[in-house]
Amino acid sequence: MEFFVNRENQNARSRWLFAHALIVFAFLYLPIVVLILYSFNGQGVGGFPPRGLTLDWYRTLFDDGPIWDSVLNSLKVALAAMLISLALGIPAALALDRAQFPGKALFRRLVLLPLILPGIITGLSLLMLFNLMGKHLDLTTIILGHGTALISVATTEVFAGLQKLDRAQEEASLDLGANYWQTFWRVTVPNLKLPIIGAALLIFTLSMDEIAVSFLLIGRDNTLPLEIWGRLRRGITPEINAISTIIFLVSLAAIIFWYRLRLRSEASVDVGMELMETSVGA
Amino acid sequence: MTSPTPGSVALENSIAVKPTLLSIRKVAKTFGPNVVLRDISLEIAEGEFLTILGESGSGKTTLLRIVAGFENATSGELWMGAERLDDRPPYRRPINTVFQSYALFPHLSVEQNVGYGLRVARRPESEIAQRVAEALEKVRMTAHAQKKPSKISGGQQQRVALARALVNRPRLLLLDEPLSALDANLRRQMQVELKSLQREVGIAFVFVTHDQEEAMVMSDRIALLRSGELEQVATPRDIYSRPATAYVAQFIGHTNLLRADVRDGTVRCGNLSWAASQPNGPALFSVRPEQIRLGFSSAAGTVRARGRVLHSAFHGATELIRVKCGDGLVITLRTAGSTVIGNEVEIEFSASDAVPVRESPERG
Amino acid sequence: MFSRAYKTVVTVPPLLWVAVFLLVPYFLMFCYSFWSVSPSQTIVHTWNFDNYKELIEKPVYLQTLLRSMWIAGRVMVFSLLLGYPLAFFCSFYSGRRKDLLYQLVIIPLWVSYLVRAYAWKTILGSDGVLNTLLQYVHLTSRPLDFLLYSPFAVVLTLTHIYTPFTFLPIYAALEHIPRNLVEASHDLGASPVQTFWRVIFPLSIPGVLAGATFAFVLSLGDFLAPLLLGGPSGIMISNIVVSLFGAAYNWPLGAAIALAMLLIVVSLLFLSEKLEKKWSFS
Repeated sequence: MEFFVNRENQNARSRWLFAHALIVFAFLYLPIVVLILYSFNGQGVGGFPPRGLTLDWYRTLFDDGPIWDSVLNSLKVALAAMLISLALGIPAALALDRAQFPGKALFRRLVLLPLILPGIITGLSLLMLFNLMGKHLDLTTIILGHGTALISVATTEVFAGLQKLDRAQEEASLDLGANYWQTFWRVTVPNLKLPIIGAALLIFTLSMDEIAVSFLLIGRDNTLPLEIWGRLRRGITPEINAISTIIFLVSLAAIIFWYRLRLRSEASVDVGMELMETSVGA
Repeated sequence: MTSPTPGSVALENSIAVKPTLLSIRKVAKTFGPNVVLRDISLEIAEGEFLTILGESGSGKTTLLRIVAGFENATSGELWMGAERLDDRPPYRRPINTVFQSYALFPHLSVEQNVGYGLRVARRPESEIAQRVAEALEKVRMTAHAQKKPSKISGGQQQRVALARALVNRPRLLLLDEPLSALDANLRRQMQVELKSLQREVGIAFVFVTHDQEEAMVMSDRIALLRSGELEQVATPRDIYSRPATAYVAQFIGHTNLLRADVRDGTVRCGNLSWAASQPNGPALFSVRPEQIRLGFSSAAGTVRARGRVLHSAFHGATELIRVKCGDGLVITLRTAGSTVIGNEVEIEFSASDAVPVRESPERG
Repeated sequence: MFSRAYKTVVTVPPLLWVAVFLLVPYFLMFCYSFWSVSPSQTIVHTWNFDNYKELIEKPVYLQTLLRSMWIAGRVMVFSLLLGYPLAFFCSFYSGRRKDLLYQLVIIPLWVSYLVRAYAWKTILGSDGVLNTLLQYVHLTSRPLDFLLYSPFAVVLTLTHIYTPFTFLPIYAALEHIPRNLVEASHDLGASPVQTFWRVIFPLSIPGVLAGATFAFVLSLGDFLAPLLLGGPSGIMISNIVVSLFGAAYNWPLGAAIALAMLLIVVSLLFLSEKLEKKWSFS
């Protein structure tokens, strides 16, 4: 406990709180730990205690073609969705910060709605749109769905970053003769590097894991979550534990990378917290 | 040495007679490798207005926080009468604090803020209503009783913070640089108000500030803190006219520090010399600018010099001029009227006005 | 400072996109809810209230909605009970490791939802880790079957997912409380417990409201957990909607339910926002 709480602050109350914290952390992490453990279990997914340490499930995973196809699809979708969300979310943040226009309040709420609305509603409303347009369901429709739903992530992050931006820097740039476009690239964007990267990382992650919107807009090609989902309906295999473990490790790497990046910069812009704060303020 | 004036003796006597309220005994505080307070011992008398004066980093706020209970001393004790205070949490000490940032509760109205301590102590509502009304009256905030802190000005917030602390009738009130956020005029006004308020309620005030003028105006006694140690504790008059060390002399008001050599009863500093009963060796003397006069008089026991006016600063009622003497010594003196830069002048001061001061040791 | 052209460039593209991909689809959803489906599986564009009548008259829809709200309510309460003390511990007691603790709570958020829901499935099943563990240590002799395919499993899993979501805004709110207010309260004679209820908790209410809203609304619309772990007794309203867009082909009815959900969510957000404004003091 000394690792977390100064000796000065330790008393009965802090011990109870620490115990509670441990319980919650156990609750949050135990399922993941079990999952990873059983990906090495010779006897399969359930059963206690685990026996027969093996890498078989990883070998099966490695040879599993459809899974890797779906991984590729997911990557394509995530990348494209990230580009769309940033390309629209950054201007949207600038607009919210700097421009007045009719319907601004409505725009702000509308942009944030997909975050809190059940994903299937966003999915099915887009389905109706694509149906009307006569568009077939394929990866493009999923890309459009993710991109639209995740604009708000980019917007909230960049907006928070803009609030912290010193307006005087941009004024100085204009004063020294740069035009708006130059100022944007030379001054505004460098200052927003951290929020933009944070948003990109988060959008990418959310897109890779997205199910609700994808469920309704999927065509022939599966994304990774939907491929896993399909397997689950046919029965659980530890191979799924294996791919889940890999997903966890990749997520961990992403968050550590993000953490390091944040530490190196002075501003402590935090993705999750700002997301909550600003989306609530909407 | 200047002889003590009748006034200062009377004051010292009256303070010596007042009983001790709080006894700070050999209090020290370190934060990791930093020693912030070393061996502080101080007695605070009932009903006195004591100012703890010091630069930023001197440890004055830390000392205040230790008395309030927000920090634990690394060693040393706090005693109030026969009771030991330093092992008690802040909510069990009969001490209240006015914070530098006021720390008013934003979710409570002015009235609820002031009544907070009384409600926590579960006093009956009728008593609370009456005491809160009295306190608000004293700080002239009655009209704003229902407003929230965000709706009143900084000066008004400060008065509410004061009322909130005083309504609990603490035995000691601590004030952590409460006037630092106010502009100069409001500040001067509040200094007078605080002083008369203190006299009215009769509670001991311990006031922390870095502004030496403020300390001089308000205090019964000043405790000058430097790098975690008490440099001098005395009345404003004494600390001004009889500074104990070079640091005190320079910190409070302006002074001329003369480095001199004493040999067989004569002090020699550059071209100046006078008689003094110091032991032989190097010595340091402090002469205040207002004790130095332009022109030569025929009085005995005066030290004289000639020089050229280097610089003059207009201070309204007086002027502060710097004069370079023949041997390179630069003297600062205060005069009425105006002087022209570059003029040759004669200056003099009484030998008895040169106060010997100790060197202030370097501290880490 | 910013020219008309600048403001137009940043405002128009996002506005257009949002109009096409959010406003129009929602509007389509609105329209569909008043249409109906013919026996031959085509959409009939006659305007009527039949779908809404069916929602009110057929008990299954109202029952499912109520059950969903009951599940969402429990998730909200449990995740608040878990999240608040944790946030309090991290904010007030964690000293130098505060940032590390915070990251530890955030990491599960980055791990796939599907992975975590799947993990619970493997734990709670009758051959799952928990049951076999209990039998192994002789605490039970038969598998407990309420663990999986029940509302219990859904509430458990969703609490696991959404506790970090309640943690975040509460932690943010607690961090915003100036520490000198706590000192002032102690100075005025209030014990730590009194200080918590009189000062800290009231000032943290906006965070609590935000967290509660997230947990409730996101749980209400969840469709994956009930599908994986809910069994027939754990079906939630989103599952019905999804099936109406899938096998039980009836887009108009699905749209009607979706619209109802949209209205519920929007009113809850509105209510929450009003309450938060009332309780924010800085």
